[in-house]
Amino acid sequence: MAMTAFAGAPTQAEPAPRRQSKIALVLLLPGILYLVLFFIVPLVSLVITSLEAPAPDGSGTFQYAFNWQNYVDSVGTYSTQIFRSFLYALLATVFALLFSYPLAYFIGVKVRKWPLLQSFMLILVIAPFFISFLLRTLAWKTILADEGPIVTSLKALSLLGPQTHITGTPVAVVFGLTYNFIPFMCLPLYTTLERLDIRYLEASSDLYGTPASTFWRVTIPLSLPGIVSGTLLTFIPAAGDYVNASQEFLGGASSSMIGNVIQSNFLVQLNYPAAAALSIVLMLVILIIVGSYVRRAGTDDLL
Amino acid sequence: MRSLPEDPMIRQLVQQIRASQVTRRTMLGGAAASAAALALAACAPIGGAKKLQPAKDISATDKTMTWANWALYLDQNDQKQYPTLLAFEKETGIQVKYDIAVDDNNSYYAKVKDQLALGQDIGADTVCLTDWMVSRWINLGYTQKLDHAKIPNLSNLAPRLQNPDFDPGRNYSVPWQSGFAGLCWNKEKLPKGIKQVSDLWDPALKGRIGVLSEMRDTIGLIMLEQGVDISSKSWGDKEFNAAIAEFKKQVDSGQIRNIKGNSYADDLKNEDTLAAIVWSGDVEGINADIGSDKFGFVIPETGGTLWSDNYLIPIGSKKKTNAETLINYYYEPEVAATVAAYVNYITPVEGAQEAMKKIDPSLVDDQLIFPNADTFSQVKLFRTLTNAENTRYNSAFEAVGLGA
Repeated sequence: MAMTAFAGAPTQAEPAPRRQSKIALVLLLPGILYLVLFFIVPLVSLVITSLEAPAPDGSGTFQYAFNWQNYVDSVGTYSTQIFRSFLYALLATVFALLFSYPLAYFIGVKVRKWPLLQSFMLILVIAPFFISFLLRTLAWKTILADEGPIVTSLKALSLLGPQTHITGTPVAVVFGLTYNFIPFMCLPLYTTLERLDIRYLEASSDLYGTPASTFWRVTIPLSLPGIVSGTLLTFIPAAGDYVNASQEFLGGASSSMIGNVIQSNFLVQLNYPAAAALSIVLMLVILIIVGSYVRRAGTDDLL
Repeated sequence: MRSLPEDPMIRQLVQQIRASQVTRRTMLGGAAASAAALALAACAPIGGAKKLQPAKDISATDKTMTWANWALYLDQNDQKQYPTLLAFEKETGIQVKYDIAVDDNNSYYAKVKDQLALGQDIGADTVCLTDWMVSRWINLGYTQKLDHAKIPNLSNLAPRLQNPDFDPGRNYSVPWQSGFAGLCWNKEKLPKGIKQVSDLWDPALKGRIGVLSEMRDTIGLIMLEQGVDISSKSWGDKEFNAAIAEFKKQVDSGQIRNIKGNSYADDLKNEDTLAAIVWSGDVEGINADIGSDKFGFVIPETGGTLWSDNYLIPIGSKKKTNAETLINYYYEPEVAATVAAYVNYITPVEGAQEAMKKIDPSLVDDQLIFPNADTFSQVKLFRTLTNAENTRYNSAFEAVGLGA
């Protein structure tokens, strides 16, 4: 899909037969209309909004003006939150990968011989989706609460100071992001590892490869498509997530992310230009990061 | 192009279809043009020049209406029905849809503002919002003028609420309930109690304090403690910034754990917060939920804030008379007392205290429902802000909450 857009070397496609069928265009119409209506129009509207200035009558409404200052102001005020969002998203992606890889490997390779067990374990990975993630995040808020089982046990073991807490801290937010995105990481990894041909691993050990070098040189490269799609499916939504970091859930004032800033500007401060400008900045930064990541991972022929 | 089929009917059909097909260029052109048009329509400056006209009233033929309100703000029985509302429906034949649609003044406004600006129906024939938000709606012409002849019980309105600066004579808004913002604390964990705002900044309570996301209440309480009379027009940026500085200090140091709306109740219950700035009526609700008298409420010694939520009739409502009939009904003292006994907020209806004697004598002297002059002297109304002040102060308050 979008991956091809980022692909590095232009692929030498077969020159397509030039005879364009008009029927094909008609068949494309619903898709194009959909994209225009639900992607292009909102995007144009967002760009226009981001350049608006307050109406001079002081009524709190906005009117069109080519006001670049919105970008400068909002990025200047909220640069910490922008940086923090990408840091948290990166941490959550790394942790999700560290947790998901062994899990996906186990399900996709180790229990291959028992298909029933394999399906059962897959269901366990997907099962959380049957409950709204808002509810699950709220449940974590209760579990991690100050008088909850985890904090009290940690305090009893002196692993946590008497005045410290977990909810409302960056730890809780990164934890929540990791928890919520593990299935998105696990499933693409599973699909690539499930197809992993064991004979490659056997060949590697026949050639005196240690388990570690077999893993690094054979298993990881073969599962790279899964790693790339898993990290993208985790990183992109995590960077824009505003639920985990919201104060209603796991976050606090010191851990708010760019999503929370956009929400506040849009719904509370009613500063639509700032919210739109920040949304566009978020979108562009993600596009740049993801674009260079995919290009560097060189997965154009793997996906 | 393929040769046409033999059958004359199909032949004609195919030719017709070919003729009506659009070329790629016209299609893309059309798509781009409609995209631009839609985008422009979406953000065209709306309202302003033209004065909005109220929708035509069809109450005489359509005996239904929708009332948008906040959670836990109307008497409810065990079957989740609203007894006073049922009685109203029986008495008048008007079917009311009670819609718990308001979670927060700002978010509700964000949801309906586009329809309002076009004078369209927002899916509510009356909605209860807080003073400052009501003031904005009235200024923008988003409300319908009330016909006092249809609300005779308005004569029961408490004199102190008859002439607010945003609506003298109550032509556009009518109070629903009032309440205080004050301090709540966990009696088990803090047996010594909390008496003033500065008690919240006790280092022993670091990270266990919650405040309201309603700027006027949280900053109002801090300003009162700093000796500012929040109801007077004499204060400005200097006083506000001093309070914001104190607020920021407490947030940045981690003293304040949460800045929230109604959901602060969860934090108090699970003891993430041990003391908080809260709304008066909610504390009774929390205690009822957990079935014990665990939480106390006090108006700080330096003063609390007083606010009111008010009915208003949105400009696009077609059921104005039905809504006025409803407002009139809730201004009957017995009805007002029944509601007050449940919601624990200050009723604006004179005579409700008398009526309460029959409903629940223990509540007749409850200071949270029927405050006496002494209690009223402890609280202040937050003065009406200009639009510019409102934007500036709100942004400053929000920025602290976002850690910026």
